[in-house]
Amino acid sequence: MKEARVRYRTYSDQETIGLGRRVGALLRGGDVLALAGELGSGKTWFTKGVAVGLEIPSDTIITSPSFTLVNEYEGRWPLYHMDAYRLGSLSEFVSAGLEEYFYMGGVVVMEWADRWPEILPDLKLKVEFVILDEFTREITFSGNHPRAGEIVEKLKKEP
Amino acid sequence: MNILGIDTSCDDTSAGVVVDGRRVLSSVVHSQVELHHPHGGVVPELASREHLKNILPVVQEALSKAGLRMADLDGIAVTVGPGLVGSLLVGLYYAKGLAYVRGIPLIPVNHLEGHILSIFLEEEVPEFPFVALTVSGGHTSIYHVKGYGDYDLMGQTLDDAAGEAFDKVAKILGLGYPGGVVIEKLALDGRKDRIDFPRAYLSKDSLDFSFSGIKTAVALFVKAWRNEAAGNDKPTIADIAASFQEAVVDVLVRKLMIARKRVGARAIVVAGGVACNRCLRARLSEAAAQDAVEFFFPRPEYCTDNGAMIAAAGYHRLLNGERAQPSLDVRARYPIGDLLPPTGRGK
Repeated sequence: MKEARVRYRTYSDQETIGLGRRVGALLRGGDVLALAGELGSGKTWFTKGVAVGLEIPSDTIITSPSFTLVNEYEGRWPLYHMDAYRLGSLSEFVSAGLEEYFYMGGVVVMEWADRWPEILPDLKLKVEFVILDEFTREITFSGNHPRAGEIVEKLKKEP
Repeated sequence: MNILGIDTSCDDTSAGVVVDGRRVLSSVVHSQVELHHPHGGVVPELASREHLKNILPVVQEALSKAGLRMADLDGIAVTVGPGLVGSLLVGLYYAKGLAYVRGIPLIPVNHLEGHILSIFLEEEVPEFPFVALTVSGGHTSIYHVKGYGDYDLMGQTLDDAAGEAFDKVAKILGLGYPGGVVIEKLALDGRKDRIDFPRAYLSKDSLDFSFSGIKTAVALFVKAWRNEAAGNDKPTIADIAASFQEAVVDVLVRKLMIARKRVGARAIVVAGGVACNRCLRARLSEAAAQDAVEFFFPRPEYCTDNGAMIAAAGYHRLLNGERAQPSLDVRARYPIGDLLPPTGRGK
């Protein structure tokens, strides 16, 4: 399967949220977004948008899961917002029970997903964040699985 | 009344025995903060199996330090959320079993309420109502505390917790763990007015916090700073730490004092892991003196996660007539607004 890929630039936090919302609206249970990018590149902002797209009530505040490892929210589908940031090894990831979230029927958004790519399910859609300058972020979606291709195609169709 | 409190909501396994919600007989925390990873993180003791391994010895030590036997306990308080489900389950099921076997009440406790009430483990305590800032790696919130069990959330972080910002900035600077302690120490040698990092006050009336912006600002600054040639006017790493800490503390202090004024409380309280930060304490102490109000903070071992604060919160819940049903489950999300209001029995 050929890799599907689409790239965007956002020029503010609000635009990053907007892109997240568009992606979130396309997601369904079982989907996995694998986020990668340095500190401050917009991963949590993007996830706030995904939550809006998943129709999670607007009074729910999406906060960083770095400390808690996983935050759970109820929307059109459950959202499991995970973060591998402070984990030291793959075995810690597994023994904390985080692997199970991939198969719980909700949408998984995982930050620092590039640390142990081998743990991620095949259908993942990779989302890479690059800081271009203070406000500008380059956000690239890619994946090899048909499901990832489907999401990328839909994103391309809707401007 | 002797209450055993148990907390397994995050990394540490902890247990403590407290009499009547005030007098601490013991507080035992099994933590592995001293064990470092090669890349600078802590070994998180979050694995359920780690809690499983630790919970029995931790509870036994809490009892033996208290000089009590199981039969002397009048109730068992346990954290049911918020936290990591797998970790919370270990504490809850252990407590369930123990309470069932001993035939004593099991009391479900909200971890956040534990932090709010941790100040009551001290000799000197505030009178209600007061405003409390709970600030740690996982939370940054301001509460109007009107009585036991009677809390209004006035503001909270919309993204990163303050403690998380400390940890992440420490990592950006290539420093060790825990970030809060390292930055505080380094900041002593730096100039806090050297770099003007952004303070996110949000809208004029907002008591909410946002610390993701300052984290990003430090990351961008450090990137440019690393490429800068050394010179007399180049800020030192200590200057960066001091300036960052000052920016975070500025926001925390200003918002807490606005909150206090808004509700007209005569006392402020700070709790949670970041409450150990001396710069924050000093600044809050100054601000309180300026407003002629009292300032309280628990000792460091009651600021970080501990079972004693859970016992204190559980005591007041028990007075409020709350007992767990056998079907009680853990709650990954457990906003303070979901707590049962006081019935008056506890007052």
